[in-house]
Amino acid sequence: MKVFLKVWRQKNSEDSGRFVDYTVEDISPDMSFLEMLDVLNNRLIREGQEPIAFDHDCREGICGTCGLVINGRPHGPVHRATTCQVHMRHFRDGETIVVEPWRANAFPVIKDLVVDRSAFDRIIQAGGYVSVNTGQAPDGNAIPIQKEEASKAFDAATCIGCGACVAACKNASAMLFVSAKVAHLAHLPQGRIEAKERVINMLSQMEEEGFGGCTNTGACEAECPKGISLENIALLNREFLKACLTS
Amino acid sequence: MEKRAHYGLIRSLVGKKIFMALTGLFLCLFLVAHLSGNLQLLIPGYKGRLQFNNYAVFMTTFPLVKMVSYVLYVSIVIHVLDALVLTWRNRKARKVDYAVKSGYGSSLASRNMGVLGTLILVFLVVHLANFWYVYKFGQTPYMTTPEGHYITAKGEVLPDAELRDGHLFAGGLDKGPAMKDLYEVVRQAFSEFWIVALYVLSMVPLGFHLVHGFQSGFQTLGLRSGRWAGLLQKTSLAFGIIIPALFAVIPLLLFFLPEKFN
Amino acid sequence: MDTSYYKVSEKKLDGKCPTGPIENRWKQHKASIRLVSPANKRRLDVIVVGTGLAGSSAAASLAELGYNVKAFCYQDSPRRAHSIAAQGGINAAKNYMNDGDSVYRLFYDTVKGGDYRARESNVYRLAEVSANIIDQCVAQGVPFAREYGGYLDNRSFGGVQVSRTFYAKGQTGQQLLLGAYQALQRQVARGQVKMYASHEMLDLVVVDGKARGIIARNLITGEIERHGAHAVVLCTGGYGNVFFLSTNAKNCNVTAAWRAHRRGAFFGNPCFTQIHPTCIPVSGDHQSKLTLMSESLRNDGRIWVPKKKDDPRKPTDIPEDERDYYLERRYPAFGNLVPRDVASRAAKERCDAGYGVGPSKMAVYLDFADAIKRMGRQAVEAKYGNLFEIYQLITDENPYETPMRIYPAVHYTMGGLWVDYNLMSTIPGLYVCGEANFSDHGANRLGASALMQGLADGYFVLPYTIGDYLADDIRTPKIDVRHEAFDEAEKSVQERIERLLSVRGKTPVDVLHRKLGLTMWDFCGMSRNEKGLQKALGIIDELEAEFWKDVAVPGTSKEWNKELEKAGRVADFFELARLMCIDALHREESCGGHFREEYQTEDGEALRRDDVYSYVAAWEYTGQGKPPVLHKEELQFEYCKPTMRSYK
Repeated sequence: MKVFLKVWRQKNSEDSGRFVDYTVEDISPDMSFLEMLDVLNNRLIREGQEPIAFDHDCREGICGTCGLVINGRPHGPVHRATTCQVHMRHFRDGETIVVEPWRANAFPVIKDLVVDRSAFDRIIQAGGYVSVNTGQAPDGNAIPIQKEEASKAFDAATCIGCGACVAACKNASAMLFVSAKVAHLAHLPQGRIEAKERVINMLSQMEEEGFGGCTNTGACEAECPKGISLENIALLNREFLKACLTS
Repeated sequence: MEKRAHYGLIRSLVGKKIFMALTGLFLCLFLVAHLSGNLQLLIPGYKGRLQFNNYAVFMTTFPLVKMVSYVLYVSIVIHVLDALVLTWRNRKARKVDYAVKSGYGSSLASRNMGVLGTLILVFLVVHLANFWYVYKFGQTPYMTTPEGHYITAKGEVLPDAELRDGHLFAGGLDKGPAMKDLYEVVRQAFSEFWIVALYVLSMVPLGFHLVHGFQSGFQTLGLRSGRWAGLLQKTSLAFGIIIPALFAVIPLLLFFLPEKFN
Repeated sequence: MDTSYYKVSEKKLDGKCPTGPIENRWKQHKASIRLVSPANKRRLDVIVVGTGLAGSSAAASLAELGYNVKAFCYQDSPRRAHSIAAQGGINAAKNYMNDGDSVYRLFYDTVKGGDYRARESNVYRLAEVSANIIDQCVAQGVPFAREYGGYLDNRSFGGVQVSRTFYAKGQTGQQLLLGAYQALQRQVARGQVKMYASHEMLDLVVVDGKARGIIARNLITGEIERHGAHAVVLCTGGYGNVFFLSTNAKNCNVTAAWRAHRRGAFFGNPCFTQIHPTCIPVSGDHQSKLTLMSESLRNDGRIWVPKKKDDPRKPTDIPEDERDYYLERRYPAFGNLVPRDVASRAAKERCDAGYGVGPSKMAVYLDFADAIKRMGRQAVEAKYGNLFEIYQLITDENPYETPMRIYPAVHYTMGGLWVDYNLMSTIPGLYVCGEANFSDHGANRLGASALMQGLADGYFVLPYTIGDYLADDIRTPKIDVRHEAFDEAEKSVQERIERLLSVRGKTPVDVLHRKLGLTMWDFCGMSRNEKGLQKALGIIDELEAEFWKDVAVPGTSKEWNKELEKAGRVADFFELARLMCIDALHREESCGGHFREEYQTEDGEALRRDDVYSYVAAWEYTGQGKPPVLHKEELQFEYCKPTMRSYK
């Protein structure tokens, strides 16, 4: 098959950027979207042009490195998949595909489709952990944890930190990301000890980084490749209220 | 870990949103009360007219209701101001926008609460000018019985009373303020096509605003989980359709079937 | 017995393992090695390269102890290291299942699983600290699977007969890594770790014979930076990407380890490569990577091929008695849960014999029909749902309705930089942890043991053993990066980058890398022979020459430049590939992941030669184009007496 691409090209963070058109032919429907870009890039390299810069690593949907907005949708048209898990069979032969980077002030563009997501690390640094030193732990079975609570914690903890929630949100809010970590640890007794500090510190950091606020549109949940639920944001709000009212 | 100081309900985005939710849900509650009052307009004949005007007196004089009404005014102001601040902050978070916007996964209403809210605010101003202002400060007719007797605000029928500066005098004695005929004001207003059209059309943005806002308020207050999450979505949809629809039915009936209700 | 390919050193290499009863060795060692006082720790700097399970846990634990840590990773966040992709689980000798597990049994299974090519002392220590890892992770908030009573659940994995594998659905690696990452971020917030994400180590700096720093490239700005420290810890993972197609992340590479090797660190057992039996088969020439389907699937899935060659029927139309469940047939005791090397070779044997399935005929079925009948679809979904989803996303086939097609793929490298019992390489002050070291897995790693080893090294071994070395350094001031050794290292890095950019050829890096990978897969993959390996060495020379003559690296060095990154890594892969082939050529036996066709039993099982090859092959770099020198570390088996490994 054959597709027409409109790809955002931006030399560096200072450059203003523009769309450039490419035609890619002889694509197999079994190729992943990134493999299609590999084909295009190798052609550009052969022609002596600069290949398109895009981030990727594991190519199996777990590292959270890749992330392109394809036809206005973070990670493209496939439900619960990362960009690297989108295959060309989900596009029509002859389709025009617009490819953009994540757009958020907190995620400045580094080059072409690559953005700087270090803000997420700083949010975790603000409180997304349990303060336990190596060696302090009691036996793993010392505190039984309800299966249901453990599995809710797990579901929240499957966030891969890709930033699709921010990209999808009209406010470029990182609430789903923050709530996933807050909820993961709030469901576990080990995380309860610092629950108040965590929610306040992480939210405060989220604002400092320049992310917007949540207006409950639900776009983040719909576009999240891991299906992180909006209920985590409700829980985050509850935890925040509790923390504000009781301390 | 140490907790960061100076960050709480007042300063935070989530805190502001919580105030939005509290005021919004309070306004939802007000809508229910307001609607149940308005539905009395549909009681036909003199009985309905009297009941509605009595209700209007109660709403403007009963101390507890007056207190609640101040809370209402404050709520509206907070709701609007917080909306302005949040919209400004949220817009600022994405300076370069997408060339293609899919809007996938979110409703049109949820993405346009500001626009919807502004339309509702404009309607609110017109609405207050139409009735609240007229009732409080304008030229309102006074309520009479079918026999043409005046009635005091407290409901006493005075066959031979004289009306002076809004007060009824019988035998030279001031019997207190006369009951105003708000019903008549409403009837007259809703006999004009453009007012009816404005009221009915304004219920559309209100409906969309409520469908998203109702459940959003619960979500913001953290009251959404498990099975209730699904039910909340449906409740919100029902609330956002039924309340504005009933509001809209009243002017329509009064306009198209005036003989049934007078 | 020097050959034209390599030379042999007469000196024996000493792993410095403690002696005495095995259960006391680590305890006694810990009690006897030197300590560094808290006040002195504050004055000591440690560089940790890589932030996977080993790197994150090491950096966090060292920082908790009070060392000043600088952590580096090439990813844009430490959370993205490829440990994140580990699916199945982590072993620990907790015996929570009351099924007779013990430290000794985990030790024994691991030595046997590694086909008697691992150090007993190391493996025993690994088994000993395995239980602490689970405790530590639970305390961090790792959401392991639990039973209804609230206690931790276990499942079984290949090569063992107990259930000792702790798991978090099919995302155990992710959850463990996030636990370690969070511990690391906590130390970053405390200022005890300075994090350098998007930085790639391009050389090791050795000052007066000791590792004293690294040269790193900032991948965003392209700047070349010097970083000094009293010790350097490499936790940079494995080198499976030498095969181009593997289950590794696209950017996984050998550069840090290889640069250290060139600076004097010996490389241990480079030919020991793990080919994982259950991966999604290659679909075409465009393929850029392979995706693993967790070994845990073999708990309930049954592997088979049709009994008839080139059977055109749909798998669901083939009746039971026309299916060959070849693993159950050949290995009745372990059935579908034989170790990875055995399962992989058996799949290759069937496909080579013409019984393969799917469009490429290079695949076998992994069937869940029986499991769904036995447990119900819901139970299967709860256990493996996310893996089934991944499979469907890639292949567009529904594994609930039709069997999965799987084929072996390169997954893990047991080989790596040689380290002694203290995890120190042959360069004093250079430590190596996790998959990057030649490790505790011998010639074959058992499932769910990589996570265990990475975290054992980082949380519970290195933090003790590094003190023994640093105790000598408490009077050493901050390392001065203006030292001439830093000048020299930086200059050589700059020159290499300029050389790569100056070729300005026509062939993209990927194209040459793919050719190298195919060569390695064909001749140094699941089975090897003398002729093939010699041929491979010739092809590698040709490809490497072509690379330096015709590689196309666009752009400049002063910007984000993926092609430049890739080119540097592939250049190192050529050199590593050569060493792998030489190692495979020299080891004239079959063991674990190393199967030499010349050495097999009549029924096709691996034939080990303990009398000649019971040693670790540690290779010394002697210069570009010069034959490497083989150093042997003899292996002693006092507890697990080597026998013919049988899973029948």
